[in-house]
Order: sequence, then structure tokens, then C-alpha cells
Amino acid sequence: MNRWYHHWRKIKSSGVSALCLICAVVVIAPLAFVLFDCLKKGASSLDLAFFTQLPNPPGESGGGMANAILGSLTLLGLAGLIGIPVGVLGGIHLSEFGSPRMNWAVRFAADILNGTPSIVWGIVVYALVVLPITGYSAYAAGLALGFMMIPLIIRTTEEMLVLVPNSYREAAFALGIPHWRIVLNIVLKTAGKGIITGILLAAARVAGETAPLLFTALGNDSWSHNLSQPIEALPHKIFIYATSPYGDWVRQAWAGALVLILFVLALNIGVRLMTRGSAPHLAR
Amino acid sequence: MTKDTQLPALKSAPPAPAPVPPAAQAAAAGTAATFDVRQLNVWFGSHHVLRNVSLEILPKAVTAIIGPSGCGKSTFLRSLNRMHDLVPIARVEGRITLFGEDLYGRGVDATLVRRRVGMVFQKSNPFPTMSVAENVTVGLRLNGLRQKDLLLERMERSLRMAALWDEVKDRLNANALSLSGGQQQRLCIARALAIEPEVLLMDEPASALDPLATAKIEELILQLKQDYTIVIVTHNMQQAARISGHTAFFYLGELIEFDQTNRIFTNPKQKQTEDYVTGRFG
Repeated sequence: MNRWYHHWRKIKSSGVSALCLICAVVVIAPLAFVLFDCLKKGASSLDLAFFTQLPNPPGESGGGMANAILGSLTLLGLAGLIGIPVGVLGGIHLSEFGSPRMNWAVRFAADILNGTPSIVWGIVVYALVVLPITGYSAYAAGLALGFMMIPLIIRTTEEMLVLVPNSYREAAFALGIPHWRIVLNIVLKTAGKGIITGILLAAARVAGETAPLLFTALGNDSWSHNLSQPIEALPHKIFIYATSPYGDWVRQAWAGALVLILFVLALNIGVRLMTRGSAPHLAR
Repeated sequence: MTKDTQLPALKSAPPAPAPVPPAAQAAAAGTAATFDVRQLNVWFGSHHVLRNVSLEILPKAVTAIIGPSGCGKSTFLRSLNRMHDLVPIARVEGRITLFGEDLYGRGVDATLVRRRVGMVFQKSNPFPTMSVAENVTVGLRLNGLRQKDLLLERMERSLRMAALWDEVKDRLNANALSLSGGQQQRLCIARALAIEPEVLLMDEPASALDPLATAKIEELILQLKQDYTIVIVTHNMQQAARISGHTAFFYLGELIEFDQTNRIFTNPKQKQTEDYVTGRFG
């Protein structure tokens, strides 16, 4: 009886372990497939021209996505100008200053916004900014991406600040240091790496967004010298090329997808390396 | 005053010279009390943590606060530098004066109070992003002091006062967390001393340290007593007996007895005090 029970328990244990393993593989497998597929179909089209040249007209082979890559970086910069200050300051408010009721409202709003489909952001910015004010422009696209970054950064900033042990705040208060100085020079500094991590992850997240760009950036085939004009971005270019009937464009779309996923991967790996360094600060 | 510090921890010790009431002693020394606490009450939400506490804390002396866990020792200590202001649900009533000035008076800035009343915590808490030197000067720097030479001078003096200079002078730029536990606690004391407070509050400063580090901290407290008023919360009755001139015994949020330390330990007036110091409870 006892022995049988022991065996049955062992069987159950290994069954659940196997299930967990399968789920873990299911998590990793898509990443492997995506990377492998992009590499297989895109790597051959990756050359210097891809990074340095403008797109060629359809039918003409060669050319590159230089303007789209630069455009994506420009849009990320614009988005960061909006998303980073608002997100970080909002997160500071939640963790250090806000009243419980106000905080509840802000957290609730941020969580809802986090779940808002990106196409909705595109339509809203299109209706409220593109049509009445800017027209298709880098500004409008940066705004849409920036607003998408805000809720992500607010929540990660708050989480990182809450992780800073209260004993540091108490020690600083006991030294008669003004509250804003404590937040700026001690709490933020302690959580600094975590907050930068959150910013990079938010950037990685919006770097691949396409839907909002359809309504705001429009895209073009040349360099963008004027931010109030339409601008090209990598995910948008991939969308246009991948759905085109030209073989050369489709190949370049794969190359673009590879570049995009490697960029996001690099950001994530960078984040991993950084958080490894910051662990001792908070692990005390 | 110095005689108290030589008081043996044993309860069988011969009675010390005739005690002088704190107020009379202060008058004799020609100085008023550092803290004058009158009818102090503290609530956390609806929980009445401190009840009608009144006592006077003498300057340039060590006052120990003893009592079982949850008796309000730390709460009392934290009301002396307005740390309760940081807890939204805390409410403080009563009157506390520091050299005659009402700490909780209208228009009194809690930040300025804390610059005058330094504090050292139970768990050493040097700032992890700063070096040893930066930790000592942080209070000065973040309060606007910029002159490098002055900062260096204050840093060295504070570290010397905290009996840490010789141990860290060659690694001032090392991360503060690379120091040992006892060194970290002395670093926190140096940090508190650097802003030149008038009083030093210590909340069980040695309870997380080994006996050797504890001995160093106690020695340091006896040194600092010559310049500072020190109020120390401790769970360790031998420690209270070794270092303090006066001892206050708290129980269930009330001040049961406050007297010279030797009297508290050898001839307490209250039954509860006697039970506690003889180890019958707590």
C-alpha cells in the first residue's frame, strides 16, 4: 500500500515535470523558429547596400533600407522625448509622492493603456493630431509611439522604485535632506539601472510597432530632412515590401525583419547584462 | 555623570552614590534639558502606541530606552526627530522641545529638525551607490555644501569621531558595502555626525553586530557622550547598564520608570521594572 503510494507519487511528479518542460520548450521554440526563418530568408540579402542605400524603384534590384533604419531610430528618439520624461516622472510620483486614491487611478489607467491595441493609438493620433494639425509626419508618429511608451515606463519605474528599501529613504530623511533631493540623488540613483532597463524594454517594444505608423508616418523612399514631413520606418517598410509582388522587395523585407529582430534582441541582451550588474544594489 | 558609565552590569553591585534627580542635576550643571517631552501620545491609525510619556533628556549624556518588543521604544525615539511625519497614518500629540524650541510647533520644518537631531538605525544602511567618502559627506552635499576642502575636512573628522578613520583611510573610494557589518554601522554614525547634529538618536545600533563590533560601538558612544546628547534604544540591558547615565523603562506604550541607570538596575521603584531587569519577563 505504502509502496504503491510512493510509486504513484513519483509518477505524478515526473508527469508534472515533463509538462513544465514541454511548456518551457513551447516558449522558446517560436523565438528559435522566427530567428531561424529570418536568418535563412534574410541573411543573404543583408549587405552593405542594405544599410547605406535608399530603396530602388520596383523592378530594379539592389538598393537598401537606409532611410527606414534611420527613420526608425529618429522615431524612437522622438518617442523617447515624450515617453521617458513623462513615464519616469509619473513612476516617481506613484512610488514617492502620490496619495493612494490618485495612485490607484493612475495605475488603473496605465494598465488599461498598456493593453490598448496599437492600431487604436494610430487612429487616435491620426484623428487628433495628423488630420487637424501636422499631417503625416515624423512628429505625429513619434507622438503615437511615445504615448505607447508612457504606461510601460510608468509601471516599470514604479516597480523599480518600490524595490528600493525604505531604510535608505529613512536614512536620508534622518540626515535632514529635502525630499526632492532624496528622490533624485538617492532613490533614483539606487534604482537607476532598473529604470533604464524599463526604458530600453519599452523602446524595444515600440520599435517594432507598425500599426500606429500606417496612420501617422506614411513612409517614403527618401531621406527625411524635415520632421514635419512623412518618414519611413523599418517595420512599415517591411510591411510594404513583404506584401508587394516584387521578388527582390520580398527578399529585402526578410532582411529588414532580421535587422529588426536582431535590434530588439540586442536591446534585450543589453538589458540582461545590465540587470546582472545592478543586482547587488537591491539584493541587500 | 561619568561615574554611571562605570556601573557594573551585575545586579549585586554596591549601590551607587546617592542619586540626584535629573532636573536638579541639569540645574546644577547650569544647562536645561536637551529634550523636554510632555504628555507625548502617538497613534498609528487607531492603535494608541505611546501614552502620556513625559521625561527630560539631559545634555551630553547617554539616555537608554529599554523595554520589551512593541513597548513603544522606537516610536518614542522616532518622535524626537519627527520621523513619524513620513508615516501617513501616524499622529503625534503632546509637546517636545529641543533646547526650549517646540519641535512640533507651527511652521517648524521637519527637515531642519532632522538636521539638528541625527539618527542611527538598527540595521546599518549606507547608501549602496556611494563610496565610503561619499556616504559620509552625503548629508552635507545634498544640503548644498560645495567647498571641496571643507567636505574633506568634515569627512575626516567625522570618520575619526566614529573611530573608523584608521580602518578606511586607504579605501575611501571603495563601495560602502565592501565594509564589514560593524564598519558599516560606524560609517552610518560618521554619516550622521558629519552634519554636526546636536543630538544623536540610536535605535538598537549594535543589535545586529557581533560582540567585538558591539564593544567598539559602545566605546564610541562613551566617547561621543562628551560632545553629544545621545538617546539609545536597546534590547540589551547589560549594554544600557554599561553606557547610559539614565534609563527609561517603557512597557505597553507607557513610561513606567525613568531614573539614573544604577537605580533602575539595582533599586527600581516599580515592580514591573524590577521584573523586567531581573529577566522575569520580556
